[in-house]
Amino acid sequence: MIAAPIHIVGHRLMLCPSGVLLWPGERLMAVADLHLEKSSHFAARGRLLPPYDTRETLKKLSFVLRRYEPRHLVLLGDSFHDAEGHARLADDDRATLAALLAGLRVTWVLGNHDPAPPASLPGEAMEELALGPMRFRHIGGGPIARHREGEISGHYHPKASLETRAGRISRPCFLAGPQHVVLPAFGALTGGLDVRSPALAPLAHRQGRVFLLGKDRLHSAPVPFVVPESAPERERVDEGWPSFP
Amino acid sequence: MLDAARAGESALLIAPTGAGKTLAGFLPTLAELAATPREGLHTLYVSPLKALAVDIARNLVAPVSEMALDISIETRTGDTPANRRARQREKPPNILLTTPESLTLLLSLPEAREMFGGLRRIVIDEIHALAGTKRGDQLALCLSRLSALVPGAARVGLSATVAHPDALRAYVAPSGRSADAKLVEVAGGALPDIDIQLPEGHLPWGGHMGLASAPEIYRRIEAARVTIVFVNTRAQSELIFAALWRMNEAVLPIALHHGSLTVEQRRKVEAAMAAGKLRAVVATSSLDLGIDWGDVDQVIQVGAPKGVSRLMQRVGRSNHRMDEASRATLVPANRFEVIECVAALGAVKARKQDGDPPRPGGLDVLAQHILAMACHAPFLPDDLFAEVTRAAPYAALPRRDFDDVLRFVEDGGYALRVYERYRRLFRDAEGYMHVRGPAIARQLRMNLGTIVEQPLVKIRMRGGPMLGEVEEWFVSTLRPGDNFLFAGQVLRFEAMDGVVAMVRPGGGPGEPRVPAYGGSRLPLSTYLAAEVREIMHDPSRWSALPDPVREWLDMQRLRSELPEPDGLLIETFPRGGRWFLVAYTFEGRLAHQSLGMLLTKRMERLGYAPMGYVSTDYVLSAWSAFEPTDMETLFSEDMLGEDLDEWMAESSMLRRTFRNIAMIAGLIDKNHPGAEKSKRQMTVNSDLIYDVLRRHEPDHILLRATRAEAASGLTDISRIAALLARAKGHIRHRVLDCVSPLAVPALIEVGREWVAGGAEDALLAEAAALVEEATGGAESFEGNLNDVNEALPPAPREPRPRKRRPGGRS
Repeated sequence: MIAAPIHIVGHRLMLCPSGVLLWPGERLMAVADLHLEKSSHFAARGRLLPPYDTRETLKKLSFVLRRYEPRHLVLLGDSFHDAEGHARLADDDRATLAALLAGLRVTWVLGNHDPAPPASLPGEAMEELALGPMRFRHIGGGPIARHREGEISGHYHPKASLETRAGRISRPCFLAGPQHVVLPAFGALTGGLDVRSPALAPLAHRQGRVFLLGKDRLHSAPVPFVVPESAPERERVDEGWPSFP
Repeated sequence: MLDAARAGESALLIAPTGAGKTLAGFLPTLAELAATPREGLHTLYVSPLKALAVDIARNLVAPVSEMALDISIETRTGDTPANRRARQREKPPNILLTTPESLTLLLSLPEAREMFGGLRRIVIDEIHALAGTKRGDQLALCLSRLSALVPGAARVGLSATVAHPDALRAYVAPSGRSADAKLVEVAGGALPDIDIQLPEGHLPWGGHMGLASAPEIYRRIEAARVTIVFVNTRAQSELIFAALWRMNEAVLPIALHHGSLTVEQRRKVEAAMAAGKLRAVVATSSLDLGIDWGDVDQVIQVGAPKGVSRLMQRVGRSNHRMDEASRATLVPANRFEVIECVAALGAVKARKQDGDPPRPGGLDVLAQHILAMACHAPFLPDDLFAEVTRAAPYAALPRRDFDDVLRFVEDGGYALRVYERYRRLFRDAEGYMHVRGPAIARQLRMNLGTIVEQPLVKIRMRGGPMLGEVEEWFVSTLRPGDNFLFAGQVLRFEAMDGVVAMVRPGGGPGEPRVPAYGGSRLPLSTYLAAEVREIMHDPSRWSALPDPVREWLDMQRLRSELPEPDGLLIETFPRGGRWFLVAYTFEGRLAHQSLGMLLTKRMERLGYAPMGYVSTDYVLSAWSAFEPTDMETLFSEDMLGEDLDEWMAESSMLRRTFRNIAMIAGLIDKNHPGAEKSKRQMTVNSDLIYDVLRRHEPDHILLRATRAEAASGLTDISRIAALLARAKGHIRHRVLDCVSPLAVPALIEVGREWVAGGAEDALLAEAAALVEEATGGAESFEGNLNDVNEALPPAPREPRPRKRRPGGRS
């Protein structure tokens, strides 16, 4: 996997195709929207989704933690799909998560899905983490207080589509601007919101860039090159072709 | 018919359109109710179309009130207001006319037994349009339930002439065995009088819309009293309607009817038609079935008919009387379609029928049904299994599949049994299955039905009425100010207001866009495909073809050769720096799309570097960087082995199939138009579920259902198999210098490209590199960022970070 560097308010950050953001200067890794226990949340409401999402997400998290060995892990909110999510963790998943977090400084940024800190798990919980000029919060795009402040956020699950030779391809993506990065959702069952949607307008600057997640690397393009998601089967209108010579 | 009714037997009545089938179906009912008036439900009528139920009710009420009979007749559909529904539950009418969806809903109610207790007869109309579809599966299960509730109720199935009457007899029979339903067949009426209309000027090479023939269509409308102009797609209906009005100097009343218009809009058109106020209506299959339009004296089919039986159905709309010949005109949109139309004419003359036999019932429908039955009353699994297998589509259902579906309904059916406390069904001490609570029942009723729509957006005129619905993705591509064609007018998109797109009357420069609708293409029938091949190969049959088509085929014979009926002609030629491969497969677009995927995968392996492919109903065309030479290997039968499995796993078609199955089976909620948009990002993405499920439980019942369905319908694997078997040892490969006459239509379609699965990343990389090149690799944050930023290097060329110390401090 090849991470791509990006500079936000003078600091060098790395965007990884797995969907995590690294701040090498701080040996920090940020990850957004794990939505752990989403399937059990749905199951309680009569939609019996495959109960493997937590396991999958943790496996993926374990891989990037081993690979990048950060000292500080920032979870950018909606780490659990709902406030009771951490209580529903299966025993083995809980043990896996605890082992992953052991020895790390862990910051749980609180999200709209999980407004309370997961009491049973290690780490500090807060609405917002300030580290140097960088602000880590769940929802970005509010007015930025100071000119030189950078903002790392999640919440929107951004995805984008690019026009390719063989039609449009849509992927989860990082959405970066001069002073901010919105991370894609990391959870196994988390869908996306198109960066062209009005909700993301304040963050999708014309000068911004999207970084679509690929298998091994990111595919980047300026925001104005993002196209609407591809349509299903289309009917074509093509009449009046010239006669055969 | 009356004999069967008196004996209390079930029967299938097959008659050509116009023979008065529906009335025959009701005769015993009216006779019985007239002789002995009574309270409560006597006869249930089920039709595939709401409009048909309403129409039949209208046609029944009139004679009943004329004869002053004391018989109550009511409809029950999704449009029935809540107060009437409540009343119907308490005091059902003598005759209830409904649809499969509404019937399922009624049967899921706890009071279903009381409501249907006195039922004597069940009339199933247009059964040929239901059998073999998921709605038909659903209805079959409901019928089986009705037979369990009221064993004495006799069934009558009404069908147009079909290719497989025994399958329909089995469907009608309460036992699920064809021998147990009497067959009443009415011989065909007068042969219809059908001709072919070509455009006056140039005969188009490609396209499916038939716009070139609009002037001729208009002239024929002028010359007749009442015309139905049938088209194949909703987009086509809008375009033809607009084209007709552009030349409508006589201001003939011409209306539009398709499934995306609002119910009120459609009712208005139907009423105007019935009242004889229209000269023509442009319609899709929303008008296909037996609604009686009275004085229609001509049917025009624009675009090839795609199937003989379907054509006969449509043609039967004109002169809805058996003894008179129906009059119809076929308007092919391109040259291949001309041949198809000629083939269809021949088949009609020979009284041929086509269409596939109904496929086995869907497991997703079964899942929905099981939960619905649990909502009605607790059941014993053994009893329900016996009941289900008495429905013909499920007659061969293995007990293992039933049990797996039941377990899916119960707790999701996962090997990892963690949903103990979220069970939707529980088992009591005697083995009865109960539904867990009213919330589950509510959720079921909200999601009932087997029709899965794309997410839709309503269209409303600013300060005016609702016009209808279009697919959400189409609206997402509109910018404020864009013009598009809908409900027969040019509209200007203004803004979204919640889930409603607000529009004003549009116009101005530039062509308006036309909303397209997913999955609305009709498949070309196997029979017609074979006929087209036969005609092309046999010049003695060309006399039926118009000059331009004959010349076209002649030129093909000269420059290349004609495809053989039992072989496979493949042409390869260079063009514009790439190599084209055109295979004359004639298996329909669905099969060609699947075949194209497999073929390009193979081309990749052989090193031809395929770049894309495109398919029509008739040919498959692929293009590559290098010359493809080894046709025997490319088209060998083992293509359907590992390649197929691998592709099926990744295919977006499979994902779409899974999505529908997951919704019908109740794994995820259906999209409800009108649900808050902000909730969209919270709903679950079926693609992600598919991936998780495939990794953890590849044998899960819903994945099994997905593979089975894809193999039979969506991907048309059986047709590919037949093609490859036919082609084996009979491949004719022609290497040409340039495009052949027959290949031109395929090349016109190029532009809608597909590439082998798994290549997405390469495509994205290529696209990103192109953007980079086009923008000179310029950092787009530049300008306002110079003070804080270094230039961002182009992402594609970034070196791999050192393994242990990510990024380091280089």
